[in-house]
Amino acid sequence: MLHGGHLLSVLIFFPAAGALALMMLRGDDHKYIRYIVLIVSAAEFSFSLLMLRYVRVGDAGYRLEEFAHWINQPPINYHLGVDGISIFLVILTTFLTPISVLASWKSIEHRVKEFFVMLLMLEVGGVGVFLSLDLFLFFLFWEVMLIPMALLIGIWGHERRVYAAVKFILYTMAGSIFMLVGIIWLYNATNTFDLPTIQNMLATGLLALSPRTEMLLFLAFFVAFAIKVPLFPVHTWLPDAHVEAPTAGSVMLAGVLLKMGTYGMIRFCLPLFPGASHRAARWVALLAIIGIIYGALVAMVQPNLKKLVAYSSVSHLGFVVLGIFAFHNISMQGAVYQMLAHGVSTGALFLLVGMLYDRRHTFEISEYGGLATPMPKLAAFFLFVALSSLGLPMLNGFVGEYLILLGTYQRHWQWASWAALGVILSACYLLWSYQRVFFGEITKEKNRTLPDASAREKWILITMAVVTLWMGIGSVFITRRTAADSQAVIDQVEPQRPYEAAAPVRPGQQAARVAPGVASADSPERSGTR
Amino acid sequence: MPTRPMLEYLWIVQLLPLLGSAINGLFGAKWANKTVNWVALGSTGLSFACALEAVREFFESGQVLFRKEFFTWITAGNFRAGFDLQMDQLTVVMVLVVTGVGWLIHIYATGYMAHEGGYYRFFSYLNLFMFFMLILVLAANYLLLFVGWEGVGLCSYLLIGFYFLRKSASDAGKKAFIVNRIGDFGFMLGMFLLFRTFRTLDFTALFQAASNPSWGPEGWGQFGTFTVACLLLFMGACGKSAQLPLYVWLPDAMEGPTPVSALIHAATMVTAGVYVVARSHVLFTHSETALVVVAIVGCATAFFAATIGLVQTDIKKVLAYSTVSQLGYMFLACGVGAFSAGIFHLLTHAFFKALLFLAAGSVIHAMGGEQDMRHMGGLSKKIKYTYVTMLIATLAIAGIPPLAGFFSKDAILLSAFQIPGGHPLYALGLLTALLTSFYMFRLIFLTFHGKPRYDEHKVHVHESPWSMLGPLVALAVLSVIGGWVAAPALWGGPDYFANFLTPVFGSHEGAEVLSEAAAHSFELTLAVVAVVSALLGLANAYWLYLKRPEKAEGLAKSMKGVYTTLLNKYYVDELYAATIVKPLLWISTNVLWKTADVAAIDGAVNGLADGITAVGDRTRHTQSGNTRSYAVWVVIGALVLIAVIFLWPGAGKPVLGWVR
Repeated sequence: MLHGGHLLSVLIFFPAAGALALMMLRGDDHKYIRYIVLIVSAAEFSFSLLMLRYVRVGDAGYRLEEFAHWINQPPINYHLGVDGISIFLVILTTFLTPISVLASWKSIEHRVKEFFVMLLMLEVGGVGVFLSLDLFLFFLFWEVMLIPMALLIGIWGHERRVYAAVKFILYTMAGSIFMLVGIIWLYNATNTFDLPTIQNMLATGLLALSPRTEMLLFLAFFVAFAIKVPLFPVHTWLPDAHVEAPTAGSVMLAGVLLKMGTYGMIRFCLPLFPGASHRAARWVALLAIIGIIYGALVAMVQPNLKKLVAYSSVSHLGFVVLGIFAFHNISMQGAVYQMLAHGVSTGALFLLVGMLYDRRHTFEISEYGGLATPMPKLAAFFLFVALSSLGLPMLNGFVGEYLILLGTYQRHWQWASWAALGVILSACYLLWSYQRVFFGEITKEKNRTLPDASAREKWILITMAVVTLWMGIGSVFITRRTAADSQAVIDQVEPQRPYEAAAPVRPGQQAARVAPGVASADSPERSGTR
Repeated sequence: MPTRPMLEYLWIVQLLPLLGSAINGLFGAKWANKTVNWVALGSTGLSFACALEAVREFFESGQVLFRKEFFTWITAGNFRAGFDLQMDQLTVVMVLVVTGVGWLIHIYATGYMAHEGGYYRFFSYLNLFMFFMLILVLAANYLLLFVGWEGVGLCSYLLIGFYFLRKSASDAGKKAFIVNRIGDFGFMLGMFLLFRTFRTLDFTALFQAASNPSWGPEGWGQFGTFTVACLLLFMGACGKSAQLPLYVWLPDAMEGPTPVSALIHAATMVTAGVYVVARSHVLFTHSETALVVVAIVGCATAFFAATIGLVQTDIKKVLAYSTVSQLGYMFLACGVGAFSAGIFHLLTHAFFKALLFLAAGSVIHAMGGEQDMRHMGGLSKKIKYTYVTMLIATLAIAGIPPLAGFFSKDAILLSAFQIPGGHPLYALGLLTALLTSFYMFRLIFLTFHGKPRYDEHKVHVHESPWSMLGPLVALAVLSVIGGWVAAPALWGGPDYFANFLTPVFGSHEGAEVLSEAAAHSFELTLAVVAVVSALLGLANAYWLYLKRPEKAEGLAKSMKGVYTTLLNKYYVDELYAATIVKPLLWISTNVLWKTADVAAIDGAVNGLADGITAVGDRTRHTQSGNTRSYAVWVVIGALVLIAVIFLWPGAGKPVLGWVR
C-alpha cells in the first residue's frame, strides 16, 4: 500500500509558505519576486501530479485522507481527501497558477509583491476547497478565496475595478450566507460537519430529511453554487469581474473559481439531497439551457472582447450544469471533463486577450482588425484556442461537450436538443469576433507595428496549446480516473434506479440491442482479421 | 512483420499528410517554395502510394470488410469511441478518389500558387485537409467520421478565407463554417439517437443490430427512430454537401484559391454528405420516409441550382452551382435506393468537376486573374490544352456518350424512373440534364469562342506551365474512360461498378420489374432520351451564345423578372439575412443584452444595493446620540416584543422555541 503521507496538506500550505516568504522580502519590487513565485508554483504543480500515483483507475472513494481534530466543540475537524473528480480540479488549479505568474511577468508593475502574495493565497483557497471533506473547512476555504480575488480585481484591475470588486464580493457573499445557514442546519441535525459521516448517515437512514427541509437545504447550497458558476440569471457579476480583473485574475477566475460552483453541486447538492435534486432538476436544466443559449447570444453582440469571452463562460458552464443535473453517468463525466477543458481553453482565451491588451490597452473589438498581418503567431494561437472553445473534435472542448450532450440525450432528448444549439452559436460568436480582430486590412494605424508574441508569451501559449491538444486526443487518461467517482455520485443520487434502466426499452426489442460490453467487438459475419 | 503491413498500419495513410502539414506549417515560413513542394507533394504522393498498397492488400486478402481498432479516444460509461479504421469496397472508392485526385490537385497547385504569398500556409492547410478527409472515409464509427467531418470543415474555413485581407473571403469562410455547423447540429443529434437506440456508434455493430428483422416497420411508424435518425444525419449531409436549404455557403466558397475549389468544393469534401448517406444505407433503407425526403431534396436541389447556373457570369460561380446541382443528382440516386449509382456519379463527378475547376483556374491564370466570362471570349486558340481538356470535361458533365458523366447520370435517371412514383423525379432530373448541358456549353462558348471581349493589349493570354497542364490531361483521360466500367450494362452486360459495390450495398437494389430483354431496350431508350436532351441544351447554347448573341440579351430583357431573380439567386441570402441573421442580432443586442441583462437583472441587483444603502442612510439617523430618542426606541421595541409574545397565534407557548 502506497503511503502518501501529508501530501494534501503540503499542497494546501506550500503556496501559503511561499506567500509568507515573499512577504519577508524587502521592498515592493524585489528582482527575485517573480522567480520565487514561479518556482513555488511550478513546484506546487509537480507536487500535485504526485497525487496521480494514489488515485487508481477503477477505485471510487476518497484517497490520501488526512484527519485531525481542530476544534472540539463544535466538532470541526481538519479532514482532507481527494477522489477522481477533485484530483484533476486541484491539478488544474496548480497548473493555471504558474501560467498566471508568467502572464503577469511584465504587466504588473506596481505593488508587485502584494500581487503575487494574493495570487498564491488564491491558490491556497482553490486547492483547499477541492480537498476539504469537512463542511466547515470547505466553507472556510470558500471564503478565503474571495478576499484575494476581490483584491486582485480591486487593486490591479482596470477603470471600473472597485465597482466590479464590490459587486463580486457582495454577489458571492449573498450566496455564501445561504450556504452557511445550510451548513449550520445540517450540523444541528447531525452534530457533525464531516461530509463522509453525513453521507453515511443519509445512506443508512440515520438522517432522514423531510421533503420540504431537504428542498430548503438543497436551495441553500444551490444558490451559493449557482452564483459562483454562474448560472443564469445570477451571472451579471461575471462580465464585470472579468473585464476589470487583470489577466491573471481572469485566468484564475474562469479556470478555478467558477469550477468551485459546479464542483459544489457534484460534491454536495447531489449526494446530500438526492430527492430535492430530482425535483429541482428540470428547473435547473431549464436555467442551464437558457444560460447556454442566452450566454452565447449575448456574447455574440459584445463590442468588448473580454466581455465576449466572459459571456461565453456563462454558455459553457451552462453545459456543465446541464450535464450534472441530467443524472447520467456519461453526462456527469462530460461535465467533469468540460470543467477542466473550459479552465484550459477559456484560460488561454483570457491570456490571449490579455496579450492584446498589453499592446493596445483596449478590449474594444472595433479598435482591432487585421492583426493577422503584424502578428501571425498570436493569430494562429488565438484561432487554435477559439477552435478548442467552440468544440472542434480532437481539441479539448469537444470531449466534454459531446459527452454532456450524449448523456443528457439518453435521459432527456429535449434538453440535449436545445442545448446543442449552443454548438452552432459558439461557432458564430468566436469566428465572428476572430474575423473582426484578426482578418481584413489594418484599419487603425497603431496596429500596424504591434510586435508578435514574445518568447515568454510563446512559451505560455505553446504550453496551453499542448495541453489543449492532449486533452482532445488523450481524454481517456482523465475519464478513466473520473469514471468510478462519477458513477458513485450517480449512484448516490439515484440509488433505486440505476441509469441503465432509464434508457427507453421497448418490449420485445431487447434482442436487437447490442449489449454494452459487446458494442465494440466485431460481429463474426462481417469482421475481418484483427 | 505482418503479412499485410499496409492494412495493419492503415493509419500511416492518414498520418503522412498530417506530418506534411505540421512540417510545412511549423517550419515552412522560412523555406523556399521548392522545399515546401517536396514536403507537400511527397507526403500526399506517399499517402497515395500507401493507399494503393492497402487497397491491393485488401483485395488480396479477399475480405469483405477489414476493420482494426487502434486506440480508444473517448470513453465514458458504456460509451466508447475509438480511433478505429475500416476498409471495404465503398472506402476503396473514396480513398482512391481522395488521395489520387488530391495528389493531382496538389501538383497543379504548385504551379497555380507559385506567385502567391503564404505559399507554405496554403500547402499546410491543404495537407491538413487530406488528413481529415482520409479520417472521414476510413473511420469505422460515426464519431471518428465526425472528427473528419468537422476537420474538413475547418480546413475549408481556412482555405476559403486564405486571402484573409479580403473581407469577402473571410466572410465566406465564416459562413461556410457556420452553415456547416447548423448541419452538424442535426448530425450530432442523429448520433445521440443512434447511440440511445443501439448502444454503439460502430458501423459494424450498429448496422448489424439495425438489420435485425425484429426492428420491422411496425411499432416504429412513419416517424419512428429510423426515420428521425436518418433525417438528422441527412441534415448534416445537407450542410456538408450544400443541399437545400443549406447550400448557400458553397457558391461563396469560390473566394478560395481555385485548387481549393477543385479539391474541397467539388471533388472530395462536398461529397462527404453523399458518402454518409451511402454508408448509412442500412438505416436509410429501413425508412421509406427518409428516402423520399432525400430523393426530393436532391432532385429539387439539382434543378434549383441548375437554374441559377444559367445566368451566372463568374466562371467559378457557374461551376459552383453546377456542383450543387450534381450533388443533388447523387442524393437523388441515394433517395431512390440506387446507392451504387450515387457513388458512381460521385466518382465520375470527382474527375470531371475537378478538371473543370482546374481548367477554369488555368483560364483565370491565363487571363491574369479575370473571372468574369463577359470579359473573355475567343480563348480557344490561345490556350489549346486548357480548351481541349475543359471541352472534354464539359462533354462529360453534359452526359454525352461515351464520356464518364453519361454512364453515371444515366444510371441515376434510370433508377429514378424505375421506382414507383419516380416519374416526376425522373422528369425533373431530365430537365436538369438539359439545363446542365446548356449552362456548361454557355460557359465554353462565352469563354473560348466568339470574339475576344477583353483588351488584348493589356491582357497577355498565356498557356499555363506543365505542372498545371499535366493534372489537366490526367483528369481528362479519367473523365473519358472513368465511366466505362458501367458501359456493358447498357448493352445487357454486367454493371461492373455496381457489382463491385455489392458487398457493401447488397444486390437487391433497383426494382427488377421488367424482363431482361425488355429491360435492355428500355434502358437504351432512356439513354437516348437523355442524350437528346443534352444535345438540345448544347444546341440552344450554341444558338444563343455563338450564332445570335444579341438574342441572349434580348431574352434577358424580355424576361427581366425571371432573369434578375436568377441573377440574384432567388434572393435566398437576402431572405436568410432578413429573417434569421438580423432579427437574431437585434434581439441579442436590444432584448437580451441591453434589456434583460443590463437593465433588468443588473438593474435589480444594483437597485437592491442602492436600496440597502439608502435604507442604511436613513436608519443611520436613528443613531443620533440623543438619550431621549433612544428611550423612545426602547419603549417602542418593548411594545413590539410584548405584542409578539401575547398576541401571536398560539400565544403562551415558548415563543423562541422554533429557533432551536
